[in-house]
Amino acid sequence: MKQMDKTRLPALFAATLLATTALVTWSAEAKTLRWARSQDATTLDPHSGNTGPNHVLGHNIYEPLVIRGFDGKLVGALATSWRVLPDNPSVWEFKLRPNVKFHNGNAFTADDVVFSIKRALMPAADMKSLLVSVEDVTKVDDLTVQFKTKGPNPLLVNNLTNLFIMDKEWSEANNAATPQNLKEKTENGATRNANGTGPFTLVSREPDVRTVVKKNDAYWGNAEYNHGITEIVYRPIPEAATRVAALLSGEIDYLQDVPVQDIARLQTAQGIKVEAGPENRPIFLGFNIGLPELRSSDVKGKNPLADVRVRQAINTAINRDAIQRVTMRGQSEPVGMVWSRFINGYDKAMDTWPKYDVAAAKKLLADAGYPNGFSITLHTTNDRYVNDEGIAQSVVAMLGQIGVKVTLVAHSLRVHFPGIQRGEYDFYLLGWGIPTFDSHYIFNDLYRTKTPSAGTWNGTGLSNAELDAKIDSLNSEVDTAKRNATIVDIWKWIKENDVYAPIHVQFIAGAMRSEWTIPTDVENTPKMKFLGASRS
Amino acid sequence: MSSTTAPAATSASARKGRIARILDSDIYASFRSSKVTMLAAFVVVVMMLAALLAPVLATMNPFDPAQVFLMNASLPPSWLPNGDPQFVIGTDDQGRDLYSAILYGLRVSLAVGFAGVALAATLGIGLGLIAGYFGGRVDAIIMRVADIQLTFPAILIALLVDGVVHALLKGTNREGTAFWVLALSIGLSFWVQYARTIRGSTLVERNKDYVQAARLVGLPAPVIMVRHVLPNVIGPVLVILTINLGLAIITEATLSFLGVGLPPTQPSLGTLINIGNQYLFSGDWWIVAFPGATLAVLVLAVNLLGDWLRDALNPKLR
Amino acid sequence: MTAFILRRLLQSLGVLIAVALIAFLMFRFVGDPVNQMVGIDTPQAEVERLRQELGLNDPVLVQIARFIANAARFEFGISYQFRLPVTQLLAERAPATLELALVSAIFSLAVGIPMGVYTALRRDSALAKAFQAVSLVGVSLPTFLIGILLIYLFSVTLGWLPSFGRGQVVKLGNGWSTGLLTTSGLKALILPAITLGLFQMTLIMRLVRAEMLEVLRTDYIKFARARGLKTRAIHFGHALKNTLVPVITIAGLQLGSIIAFAIITETVFQWPGMGLLFLKAVQSVDIPIMAAYLMMIGFLFVVINLIVDLLYALVDPRLRATIGSA
Repeated sequence: MKQMDKTRLPALFAATLLATTALVTWSAEAKTLRWARSQDATTLDPHSGNTGPNHVLGHNIYEPLVIRGFDGKLVGALATSWRVLPDNPSVWEFKLRPNVKFHNGNAFTADDVVFSIKRALMPAADMKSLLVSVEDVTKVDDLTVQFKTKGPNPLLVNNLTNLFIMDKEWSEANNAATPQNLKEKTENGATRNANGTGPFTLVSREPDVRTVVKKNDAYWGNAEYNHGITEIVYRPIPEAATRVAALLSGEIDYLQDVPVQDIARLQTAQGIKVEAGPENRPIFLGFNIGLPELRSSDVKGKNPLADVRVRQAINTAINRDAIQRVTMRGQSEPVGMVWSRFINGYDKAMDTWPKYDVAAAKKLLADAGYPNGFSITLHTTNDRYVNDEGIAQSVVAMLGQIGVKVTLVAHSLRVHFPGIQRGEYDFYLLGWGIPTFDSHYIFNDLYRTKTPSAGTWNGTGLSNAELDAKIDSLNSEVDTAKRNATIVDIWKWIKENDVYAPIHVQFIAGAMRSEWTIPTDVENTPKMKFLGASRS
Repeated sequence: MSSTTAPAATSASARKGRIARILDSDIYASFRSSKVTMLAAFVVVVMMLAALLAPVLATMNPFDPAQVFLMNASLPPSWLPNGDPQFVIGTDDQGRDLYSAILYGLRVSLAVGFAGVALAATLGIGLGLIAGYFGGRVDAIIMRVADIQLTFPAILIALLVDGVVHALLKGTNREGTAFWVLALSIGLSFWVQYARTIRGSTLVERNKDYVQAARLVGLPAPVIMVRHVLPNVIGPVLVILTINLGLAIITEATLSFLGVGLPPTQPSLGTLINIGNQYLFSGDWWIVAFPGATLAVLVLAVNLLGDWLRDALNPKLR
Repeated sequence: MTAFILRRLLQSLGVLIAVALIAFLMFRFVGDPVNQMVGIDTPQAEVERLRQELGLNDPVLVQIARFIANAARFEFGISYQFRLPVTQLLAERAPATLELALVSAIFSLAVGIPMGVYTALRRDSALAKAFQAVSLVGVSLPTFLIGILLIYLFSVTLGWLPSFGRGQVVKLGNGWSTGLLTTSGLKALILPAITLGLFQMTLIMRLVRAEMLEVLRTDYIKFARARGLKTRAIHFGHALKNTLVPVITIAGLQLGSIIAFAIITETVFQWPGMGLLFLKAVQSVDIPIMAAYLMMIGFLFVVINLIVDLLYALVDPRLRATIGSA
């Protein structure tokens, strides 16, 4: 927080800090991690909800075949090695870890993997989109499975990092053989019970209140991962102020989703430290370029956003440094593309954005035929991204300075997202997490022409057959060099066309009592077993 | 029941006379005798004037994005280190001058409060009169509707109204509709109290001789209700009105807290408090403190007036 | 009289059906439930299939009929968010809300009545005026702000009381979890109960004061005074006793709104009750939970209203005559 001036903190704080320090008598031997964040997992069923909070809990109880460490690197979990068969590029083979036991003592075998992947492919499951390329999963022997894909899929392994393996026998015995179907009136056995192979076993689960797990003494990785935690108490606290208060008053040890404005305060608080770093998630504005006439604009008969100069003008009028410094209080990295430096295809040389220049922006607008600007509505979420509504408000003010009169509409994600998917907005804010760490995941959903299975989040009306063909070719190109060349090609096209105005990659911050060191996880799903090395 | 006012006031002139009499003597005297009430009235008047004159008194228009500069964000009051004399009590998270934002916010809050309460009173008094006067099935239906109404807390009603408005007027924005959504929500959640009070008094009044007489003369029901019954049952409503104004302003703030209030681009006092609330722990205390204090003082003053009015209008307490 | 009761019962049933209808219609307009249930990158075809499966594509009338038929059996299906039966979720959360409501009701009565009596008896004393003023502050600040300020003072600054949650709870018999039996549970209850009870406290104080003032002016009190009874006996034996009947009635009626108001308090203090569950449901468009909660609150109000109406009819013969002739 280099730019925060500490003299601005009022004396009130000093008093509070002293009181807080006096209050907390924390023993160094404490092995319980009291963990809070803004939202709870919707279910413990590992295949029922493809959302971050679910995977956060899931990773402590269950395990996938391969897992990403805090830095995003792939590490073997239940699989020890994996490869594409040399003679058949459409088959992936995984060697499984021997001598692994589920929490109830059952042995882990290839049958469990086949069962779990098939379960995740069922209609009621929510992990299917990560497995679209999978045609079949078969057991070769007890410790070997093969995934047959529809055509070669060089990136399949990247899609498996949140696909948790369940115990076939336990699931079948406990009404959990299929994921919860909402038409059923009975509770699915996996909704708040769990039998995984993970480093912790479930003790109790009260949805939205408290979930307790304790160390799994029979965990295969106990020697390797010396996290030293005996128990985790996980509690969701949606109200930001309450969340921060709970950490300050010593009621919790580790806080995810720290509001950016509280980071400086928490950093100076005695006994508390903050770890922050970029998430693999760019935040950007989408322009509707496909409509003949915008719905929310005073310009009639034509669509100003269809003119690339208008889009460039808006891009030039956005002061990314100010947003980073003031709105995000330093907790972001401006980007020039809808990407992040973690993904395959990222190129530092292309990661540039127009210099903030009101005069240049005004000139671009005038050249496009709008010397006095125009009016438009900007839609944003107010409960999804770090300071999403604040960013949108800043943009409104900045565009006001070049004569573009923006009306801001902020909604919950439950209203905002369907609007984007139905293409109802002229101008909107969106963020995009990239779980596969590959450019294709961005192209396919944000740039490809909208069809039932692709371009789902393309609310811009962009439809370019040539671009689509290039994007689709990435699906099955096995030659990495050729594939990467196509990716560069696509990014170049994107750079010229400014269909989105990228703003930044947001940071995620975790605050903790100082005896803990929990690094930032690029996917915002910290896996506590990896703490072994870094715990102070 | 406090509806024992004299049934003598059957004609407009007599009514006028009575009001004049009250103003001349009791109420005014009681007003003069209570310093707190006078202070409260003074505060309310000042705040209303400030709200009305906001465009003149403010140093900037916080609703105009072109006047808001992000680099001015979160500046402390001018007397603190880093303060800017341009922004006497500091700026908010977007760089709006707090003093100006409070003036404009006051304007919005008072307008929402007045509109909501006016709606509630009109609806409640109308339905209460009808229910009490006609009785029977009409009464039963209206009172059952009131029961349903009570089932839905104001928050719920706001969500309902908000959802319906947005579904009906697709593509419209919150800035344009939020004000009316809030006023409508407050109107819909508060009318029951008026209806019940008015109905209760009307039930008693309608059997009195003057109403029977009016009926015999052949006056139409609406005329009897509005011109004869209403003046005799309106007394307690004044108190509810005042108290409700305070409640309406608070409700608006709470709805902002729950995310269905006025948008941050057109902040009311409630929105300002809600924004500031997020900065309470980060050290930017002024963002919540000044709007919060303004709101508290305003509502307190309104409530004090309501209190005084309640006692002053209750003849038994004199 | 039987006919009257029967008619009121029928009316109440009508009210409940109307609540169900309104609830249902409202849900049609608040967001898109399917979007909540699926992951961010679920293909459109899959979304359509879910929509079909949930019956969201059926004609509205069919959906309404299904809704009411299920509601009558208090069956609201599986929560979209938690994938758990709604009835069970509400039952699990009910103890938290009921304990909070009860404690805050007791707090508001225990503090509100004495303050009301005092301010009525010593109308012009400085302390009475101070009580009046302080109580007004209680209704002049939004509940959420009071809650946050209490947290700031008592949890963060002083460190005396927890800032969120219910503390340690103990399971009693068949599922009732209570926080009243542990120290941490009791401590956790203090701030939310005060926050929630403050508004009711003010209301009760003012009501007691007003009623007391009225009763003190009635003839029988004057008569008692004339008979030379002790002031104390008059005040507490006669006046207060007569004041309490309407106060208790109103307090009873207020119980419903305490539960409704609990939404805000529970949000601020992260109190794991029904209000928090409901608000979360609204934000996530969890229709089954919203439906069940609304129906429950509706039921509660209807029952309270029914009882009050019947009692009034029993007590007041004039009203009985009016109602009987209607």
